[in-house]
This record gives sequence, C-alpha cells and structure tokens, in this order.
Amino acid sequence: MTSPDGNLFQQQEANRRRTTWLVIGFVLFFAWLGFGGDYVWSLQSHHPFPWVGLVLTTVAIFTAWHTYKTGPEKVLWATGAHELIDPQTDAERQVANVVDEMAIAAGIPRPRIWIIPDEDPNAFATGHDPRDSHIAVTRGLLRICNRDELQAVIAHELGHVKNLDVRLMTTLAALVGAVLLVRDGMGRTMRGGGIPLRGARKGKSAGPLLAILLALWVISWILAPLVTQLLALAVSRRREYLADAMSAQFTRNPLALASALEKIEGAAAPTASIKSGAAHLCICDPLGRRLTNSEGWLADRFATHPPMSMRISRLKGMGYAQLKKEGGSFTSSALG
Amino acid sequence: MWVLLIVAVIAVLWVIAAYNGLISLKNQTVNAFKQIDVQLKRRHDLIPNLVNAVKGAMDFERSTLEAVIQARNQAVKVNASGPEGIKQISQAENALSGALSRLLVTVERYPELKATGNIGQLQEELSSTENRIAFARQLYNDTATQYNTKQQQFPTTLVAGLAHAEHTDLWEIEDQAERAVPQVDLSRR
Repeated sequence: MTSPDGNLFQQQEANRRRTTWLVIGFVLFFAWLGFGGDYVWSLQSHHPFPWVGLVLTTVAIFTAWHTYKTGPEKVLWATGAHELIDPQTDAERQVANVVDEMAIAAGIPRPRIWIIPDEDPNAFATGHDPRDSHIAVTRGLLRICNRDELQAVIAHELGHVKNLDVRLMTTLAALVGAVLLVRDGMGRTMRGGGIPLRGARKGKSAGPLLAILLALWVISWILAPLVTQLLALAVSRRREYLADAMSAQFTRNPLALASALEKIEGAAAPTASIKSGAAHLCICDPLGRRLTNSEGWLADRFATHPPMSMRISRLKGMGYAQLKKEGGSFTSSALG
Repeated sequence: MWVLLIVAVIAVLWVIAAYNGLISLKNQTVNAFKQIDVQLKRRHDLIPNLVNAVKGAMDFERSTLEAVIQARNQAVKVNASGPEGIKQISQAENALSGALSRLLVTVERYPELKATGNIGQLQEELSSTENRIAFARQLYNDTATQYNTKQQQFPTTLVAGLAHAEHTDLWEIEDQAERAVPQVDLSRR
C-alpha cells in the first residue's frame, strides 16, 4: 500500500497557510479600495482623515472573521440542504451508515450529514477541520448510486475533510460570496437608490463622493469575478486527484469511484441548488460546464475540476493494478 | 566550539521529535484497536436481534442459526483486550464472521422472509456493521504497519527503546474464515 501520509501533512499545512493568505488578501483588497478612495478624494478637496479606508478595512476584517466562523453554515444554507438527524427511509439509513463506515476507515470523527433536495447527483464537504465537518449529498446521488459507489463518493469527500481542503474551499466560497454580495448591493444602490448613474447630467451636482462610489463600484464589479476565477484556480485541481486517491485508500475499491463518477457525469444536468460560488467544493462541476470534459490551455486555467475522463482513467488504472496484484480475474461486473 | 553546540542542540531536538513521533503512532495504534472493539461490541449486540427476527421463519435452518449463536457467545467470552490479545480476539471474531455470512446467504434464499417485518433493515444494519469492522481493522492494520515500520527504520530505531516501542501484531484474516465463505446450494427450493 502506498502511504500518502507524508503527502497528507504537507497538504494540511499548505491548506492552513493558504487559508490565512486568502483572508489576508481579502482584507488587503478592501483596504486598497478604501484608502485608494481616500486618496482620490483628497486630490479633489480637503480630506484630512482617511475614514473611508479605515471603515472599509474594519468592515473587511469583521466580514472575514464572521465569514470564516459561519462559512460552513452559509454554504449549506445556500444549497437549501437539511440535516439528516433521524434517518427514516432505507436510503437515508444507508447513507448514514455509509458515512459512519467511512469515518471509521478515515480515522476521523463522524461528520454531520446533509441532504440537498435536488435530483441531480452531486456531493460536497464543508467545515473547518475533521472535528467540525459536514457532508452534503443530493437526493439524486442517493437514487442513482449503489452502496459501493456511495461509499466511494463519501470517501472522496472525507478525503477533502481529512487533508483540510474543506477549510480553504469553504472560506473561499464564503468570501467570494461576500464580495459578490457587496457588488450586488452597490449595483442596487446605484440603480435603485435614485442616484443618477451619469453624474455629468446636471453638471456640478456630481460630487466627489459619487465619483468615488462609482469608481469603487466599477472596480469591484470588474475585479470580483476576476478574483473569483483566480482564486478558484489557486484551489488547484490537483486536490481532486488527491481526494480520489484517498477515496481509493479508504475503500480499497477505486473502481467503485470510477463507476460513480461515470454515473454522475452521465447525468450531466446542472445541479440547480448549487450556485457558482460553491462549485469548487463539489465532487463534479455542478454548473454542467463542458470545460471539465476537455483538456488544453483554456480548461487547464479556467475549470475548477480536472477532466472527468482523466480522473476515471486514473482510478481504473489503480483498480486494475489492484486486481492484478490480487491475482483475481477482471470481469466487467467489477466496473459496475 | 559553537559548531559542537549547534550539532548537540540539533541532535537533542531530533531525539525529541523522533520520540514524540513514535509515542504518537503508538497511541494511534492503541486508539485504532479500540475502534475495532467498539464495532465488535456493536456486532455482538446486534446478533440477538437478528436471530430473533429470523428464528420463527427458519426452523429448518436451525444448525445455521445455532452456529451463529455459538460463535457469538464464544466471541463475547474472550476476555483479552488491547493489541496484545489480538490473536485470541481475531480467532473468535473470524469464526463469527464465517457463521454470519453463512446465515446471510441463507436469508437471501427466502425472499418472503426479507419482505416481512424488519429483516431488510436488520440486514442493512448487519452489513454496515460488518463493513465497520472491516474498515476499523483496515485502519488498525495501516496504523500498526506504519508504527512497526517507523520503529524498525534507521535512525528512528535508535530511539525505539527509549519510547518502549514494540512490534505490534496485525489483525490477520485467517484462511479458515476466508475459506468458510458459504456455498450456495441452488438445488434447494
């Protein structure tokens, strides 16, 4: 057995460090917006005290802190998931059991389970560390996967939990959400608040405040989606391969994950309940973007997930190597 | 002079790190074994329920049922604990695994039994319990292997005596239990 433990500690450390940098970067972004605004203002009129910068930075620090604390709740709330506390149906009992089993295999405490009322198969994990983690699956996943496949998908998610991917990815999702919220809020103030967008219309009624607000709005409007993209890239797709490998390590059954991914890929309809902010958390891209099907420069840079065919073929490679080692004969039933 | 001091400090720091690493692995191994114990207890508690549920409908399969009950009582009686008693525990539990899988295959042959009452639910519980035991065992074996390798590897092996690190037995799956995978007799019914 190859032990990914050295890998694991490196990955955990990298995730802790990146989360810290992410939060610092977020605060710096707003500080720049604020103090930049102060500077522009001071060029136009007497403006001795940089209160815009101070206020924005304070708000950003508070937002980052609050976001880090409540990130998992927010992500789960945004998908409309409800917690599975007392399993009633057979499918619910099965998923509760499977999560218990995989938590044992991974050697981490049992995460809380959430069900997303969506018929498209998908799953994601969120939380800060293994002691405080959540796993969410859609109803569609429970419907199309058999026990082994469900086990493999849950194991993949627990891989993300164990190597602390969840901390980085959840904080990213929540911060991106906060940026988008600010952007949308500013857009609404501009349009609906009665402030004319084109300040030049009445000549001198356009004060410096409006100009700054406009600049802020334009800058955040331009930057927010760009920052989203860039950060989603920092959340590299390598970690999906790593989580796949960890799933194989926990279940000793890489072919089950391969067949689960094939099924999920087959049902390629977008997962409506999962918005783009949380896309990088999921086992497969919930937006149904065709980017994950292709390779090449564009997909390499702008997809949140590696090409599904690559993941499946790597898993099958692992599976065949395992079968060969055990001396078993390979049958098509092993593929599911 | 300074060089010697620095080398000495580095050496001491390394000894501390290696010692702590071994102790941490040792505790992880003990903890992983406890996980197996928890799951075995769960299995022992579940079996009486299963037996009661199928007893009435399976009068003619008495021997299969009795084998399960007997193996279960044997397994409960084993009073060894911790990784030291692993040989005894694993022997009794492997026997129980064999008896249980024979029973499960027998139950499969009675579709009307599965349809009535809560057998289906019990079956899910039982297969989940079997999985839990298997995964707990897997985690234990992985952790123990890591522990064993670490204490044998140079240079950590120099600190092994200091940390009272000893070779830990793995949970072997014995051949008898493996071979006892039930044969399905299609001529019946």
